[in-house]
Amino acid sequence: MVAYFSEIYYGLISLLEGMVITFKEFFKPTVTVSYPYETLPMCDRFRGHVELIENEEGQPNCVVCGLCERACPSGCISLAGEKAEGEKKKVLTKYVLDFTRCSLCGSCVEACNFNALTFSKEYNLASRRKEDFIFDLLGRLEERNR
Amino acid sequence: MRLTLFNVVVAVIIAIAFAAVNAAYLVWAERRGAARIQRRPGPNINGPFGLLQPPLDGIKLMAKQLTIPGGADKILFIAAPVLAMFPAIMSFVTIPFSENIVAKNMNVGVLMIFAFAALGSTSLLFAGWSSRNKYAMMASIRAVSQTVAYEIPMLITTITVVMIAGSMDLMEIVHQQSGSILSWNIFPLFGRSHNILMPMSFLIFFTCTLAETNRAPFDLGEAESELVAGFHTEYGSMGFGLFFMGEYANIVIGSCMTTILFLGGWGCPFGLFPGVWWFIIKLYLLIATFIWIRWTFPRTTIYGLLNLSWKILIPLSLFNLLFTAGLLKVF
Amino acid sequence: MSSPIQLKPDETFILNVGPQHPATHGVLRVKMEMNGEYIVNAETVIGYIHRMHEKMGELKTYPQFLMNLSRMDYLGALGYSHGHVLVVEKASGIEVPERAEYIRAIMVELNRIASHLFWFGAFVMDLGGFSPLMYALQDREHILDMLEAVTGSRLTYCYFRYGGLYNDVDDQFVASARKFIPRMRKSLKKYHKLVTGNVIFRKRLEGIAPLSKETCRKYGASSAVARGSGINFDVRKNEPYSVYPEFDFDIPVYHECDSLARYNVRMDEIEQSLRIIEQGLDKLPGGPIMPEKKPKIIKPPEGDYYQAVETARGSFGVRLVSDGGKTPYRLKLRSPTYSNMHLFDESCRGMLIMDALAFMGSLDLVIPEIDR
Repeated sequence: MVAYFSEIYYGLISLLEGMVITFKEFFKPTVTVSYPYETLPMCDRFRGHVELIENEEGQPNCVVCGLCERACPSGCISLAGEKAEGEKKKVLTKYVLDFTRCSLCGSCVEACNFNALTFSKEYNLASRRKEDFIFDLLGRLEERNR
Repeated sequence: MRLTLFNVVVAVIIAIAFAAVNAAYLVWAERRGAARIQRRPGPNINGPFGLLQPPLDGIKLMAKQLTIPGGADKILFIAAPVLAMFPAIMSFVTIPFSENIVAKNMNVGVLMIFAFAALGSTSLLFAGWSSRNKYAMMASIRAVSQTVAYEIPMLITTITVVMIAGSMDLMEIVHQQSGSILSWNIFPLFGRSHNILMPMSFLIFFTCTLAETNRAPFDLGEAESELVAGFHTEYGSMGFGLFFMGEYANIVIGSCMTTILFLGGWGCPFGLFPGVWWFIIKLYLLIATFIWIRWTFPRTTIYGLLNLSWKILIPLSLFNLLFTAGLLKVF
Repeated sequence: MSSPIQLKPDETFILNVGPQHPATHGVLRVKMEMNGEYIVNAETVIGYIHRMHEKMGELKTYPQFLMNLSRMDYLGALGYSHGHVLVVEKASGIEVPERAEYIRAIMVELNRIASHLFWFGAFVMDLGGFSPLMYALQDREHILDMLEAVTGSRLTYCYFRYGGLYNDVDDQFVASARKFIPRMRKSLKKYHKLVTGNVIFRKRLEGIAPLSKETCRKYGASSAVARGSGINFDVRKNEPYSVYPEFDFDIPVYHECDSLARYNVRMDEIEQSLRIIEQGLDKLPGGPIMPEKKPKIIKPPEGDYYQAVETARGSFGVRLVSDGGKTPYRLKLRSPTYSNMHLFDESCRGMLIMDALAFMGSLDLVIPEIDR
């Protein structure tokens, strides 16, 4: 009999304790960010998709060694270059990132020995068309320079 | 007031409008309240404070196609949401909001409201049975057994109050509690009952209201994490909208009843300026508690729910009934 | 609670819970034979999100496969990477600098707390309480912010490297981790008041789904499932790896065997992980995070290697069979949830569906990790 009533009593107390907590939370300020209207800055080390780094003349640092292509686990990087007459270095003519397959692991940036690749801070990537995710990084670099 | 056709039509229209507006804006209040409890803003894009959200939701629901699953019992499937809404609206007719604001006062008002409340569970049964969905079927059976179990302590508690007031007329019950907060039925010693167990009675009644309206922590008929969406799994468009409105209308009815039976209706806690505003304040405080409870507790189990009713609420309410009867005889 | 009546097979019905059901948290399907609300028989059907991680492990070179590990279990990703790097380091004899080991342990424990917090929220949501999920996510957000600042990603970290780490931690991380510990302890108190003490919650879990020691052993259960049934087994203590022997922490063990015991184990584990992080931050040595000499191409010598780690979901084992080439001959991933889940078929017989789903929640299933 005592157990019966004490169970009811302690049950009620535990319920009230919970209600006190939610009551207190009710008056605390909100912690969310209303996303499309306000955004948080991305942290320095944020790993977005890759982007080419340019040198002072606005040309990519890339020497077309192909290490990134080989390091990529998903095979989403394809690049090509050609050696102009009399030049020593190869010149990058095509750098395409297939973002549909990229898993943002960052292996390509790590593999690069020539400081030619970096992570972009872009994360608003959504589209209905697959073609929008085939990034022509060389073209993006030229666009930035324009 | 004479009962003319015009009066009845006006009363029903007002009742429907009241129920619909309440349902729509209680959804808004619930979403805002839940959001505040969880420390997020809630709907705030459409209109100031998101106040345009409910009408827009309504438009969206109405614009959707009404689909009836193959093999469903069409008549019952369509009848169920209407049945969910109808008793709630009918109950509004007899609820006195103040001395003058009452559509039709009856001397068996309590009885009428309970009769209509009992009708509500048939709509759940119809919905679950007719949708030809296993989840819906299980949910509706749960909901009915729950309603039956909780109707008993609720009625016994109501009888206690009716005994104290000596009438089943809702107006009369409120009149008995007029005066200050000390003469309300919830407070022991000073009211007519001199019954120190009345706060417990209030708690029992409130718990039963929660269970009767299928609200958390007794929302076993919906149980969205187990039974997908419970009895309205197959409903879309306005069928779902009506169930939703019916649920909130039932909450309003339940809170109205609690206010009238225990909290002195439109009486002021200090005995000053009684009026409809006091009724509204008490009503919405109770509804806020409904929302508050829903976002605090997890759901009970079906056997836990039935155990609570049969092992705790019914014995206690029966004891209280006897105790009150004894006290009324003594004083 | 068990079904009181014996039924003929044609008096039961089949209920498909999942693959798109709110309680299965992913694409798990449970085919239940029901008698009303009682489960007569249940059969878990998996394979809806199978991605051939083991086969990929055989086809890709070691560094290329590294990022796959964090895709196995998206809630406790670091623990899985840890297992993999440890076994490859063991195989190719790479020495890991002490600082890197300590940072690994801190990160894994932070990730474990994040995982347990998410489980806690989702579990209470399975039981119908929504607000605790939001509170848990708020705390988890702090951890994700910290991890993002260091690793660069929020969920599928690719942080560990063979021999060390991708990035060093900075003072800001240490400061925010120190700030996080008391905040988390305060939140834990709140959770205990709001959820653990709640009478409805206790009634739903106490005595539900008892799992005997024998059942746990039979199915190879680990983590809180085994520890809730009184089996004192934790890879961090029983087969110590990394720098765990240096830390002073306890393994919570409960003997009630019910769902509440499993819940309590996980909640206590959060506290223990906080202790490990606290000690790790105190002891954190200086030095490099990558070894000075490391083979350029990872080619473990021929042999058979195994390493188990304690992840948030239990004992995760990686077996590596190398033929001396650039890619493994065989890479077997022993995922803990796979074993934990298969308890369900046997143990849920005769239970009510709502108890069974609460039981399923207490097993902490992450479906991509089962299917790999």
